Amino acid sequence: MSEAILLQINGKEVSVPEGSTVAAALLAVGIPTRNSISGEPRAPLCGMGICYECRVEIDGVPHRRSCMVACRAAMKVRTL
Amino acid sequence: MKKEQFDVLVVGGGPAGIAAAVSAAECDCSVALLDENNAPGGQIWRGFEDGWHQPPKQKRASKVPEEWFVRLRRSAVNVVQNCCVFGSSQPGHLLADVDGEPIEYVGESIVLATGARERFLPFPGWTLPNVVGAGGLQALVQCGLPIAGKRVVVAGSGPLLLAVAAHLAAHRAKIAMILEQAPLSSLANFAAALASRPSKLAQGVGYRWQTRTVPYRTSAWPLRANGSDKIESLTYFYAGWQHTVDCDYLACGFHLVPNTELAALLGCELTTAGVHVDDLQRTTVASVYCAGETAGVGGLDLALVEGQIAGIAAAGLPDRSRPLMAAHRRERTFAARLASAFALRAELRSVADAETIVCRCEDVRRVQLDGHHSWRAAKLLTRCGMGACQGRICGAACEFLYGWKADSQRLPVQPVSIPSLMGRSSESPIRSAEIESMQFQSQEESK
Repeated sequence: MSEAILLQINGKEVSVPEGSTVAAALLAVGIPTRNSISGEPRAPLCGMGICYECRVEIDGVPHRRSCMVACRAAMKVRTL
Repeated sequence: MKKEQFDVLVVGGGPAGIAAAVSAAECDCSVALLDENNAPGGQIWRGFEDGWHQPPKQKRASKVPEEWFVRLRRSAVNVVQNCCVFGSSQPGHLLADVDGEPIEYVGESIVLATGARERFLPFPGWTLPNVVGAGGLQALVQCGLPIAGKRVVVAGSGPLLLAVAAHLAAHRAKIAMILEQAPLSSLANFAAALASRPSKLAQGVGYRWQTRTVPYRTSAWPLRANGSDKIESLTYFYAGWQHTVDCDYLACGFHLVPNTELAALLGCELTTAGVHVDDLQRTTVASVYCAGETAGVGGLDLALVEGQIAGIAAAGLPDRSRPLMAAHRRERTFAARLASAFALRAELRSVADAETIVCRCEDVRRVQLDGHHSWRAAKLLTRCGMGACQGRICGAACEFLYGWKADSQRLPVQPVSIPSLMGRSSESPIRSAEIESMQFQSQEESK
């Protein structure tokens, strides 16, 4: 098995297998990525960088497509 | 802005892009392969190369991908990952953002191999978390999403559904059922025509064998995803009735649509199938070629043939592509059969009700769109297609629901930071007067 990586999602520590994307990590723990403009919780849809539903703040940079970003140790993810 | 010059620029690192880049390099051209992902392979060969993905567990049925990755590694192709091509300043010039750094790529010829995306059609509840694309769920599982023991319904249309179900089953997902909107008669004709293509037939039979305990329902489609915080069950239509099945995920995509945004920006003529190309993969714009799903959805084998032809033609040696022409014709025949076998049925237009969200970025509901006469009018009056995805999801849905065609394309074709748009690295400060002079109105502010 690959090693686990510890990252922070909304201040909470989460462990994911090495090689996971941030979108996979968020979906696995059931945290929505954003609230839509009418207030619906949203989560990744396309999984391949097209739909922008999975955009979150990663290490202070907003609007990153989390399906395109691999998890790294001590990464700080904030959902929007 | 940093400038890099090559003989051939290839945009997109899937099979068509890899084949084009390798073929052009093998004709002694200098080549840059500009790919948005962390590793080459595109969607279909995701996880074959080192990068970020879990190592593939399944035994590979085919040596084809390994052979192409070996040729790519041995070639002099300059592979640029995390490279988002967002525009063009003049013919032969592409503007890109590479990890936050703007780079202008200059090439004698350009090969567009930007692939395809899934077509999503709206139905009540489709915006709930855990309703994902079919290829989308496969990609997420390849990128670390644990799926073992989860109940998954695979729905929509196209040969991808069976491949996705087989892949998820191999990761020990519990596939509840597969819902294919096409009628059995279309699929039977398609399978009969595949008799002349034993390798494709064998692949389909193999996927079905791996999912043999899973019901495969034809003329069946989603009606409503039920749940509060996420999908809990799916109501679907089959054999004249509504049925409901419990699930943890719905993996749903209605075949594929080509990614033509960059081609449109460069001025290439589009057809209903994709970018218009001739037998040498030339677009209607001089020195711009197009290969793979972008030039019309036809699968892996067509993408590889078109990629090679485009790469050789872009290198200025079109005669060398003659031996590929028979395979080219054969694969295009297959692509035409594919399109007719999985044509969308009209009933799917009435699945979305008045309150169903069509544009997920701007939460535009169907009732707001009904009555508009064009995509442009709908955009101006409802903001449909004007959010972060720029109509990549709702555009294909509106084309199916209303017959609207997309507008002309403008720079940037991908959301990009203001510094990159201005040709600055993200470290160099920008004075507010410079931004004002660009006369941009931020989308966030206009809300």
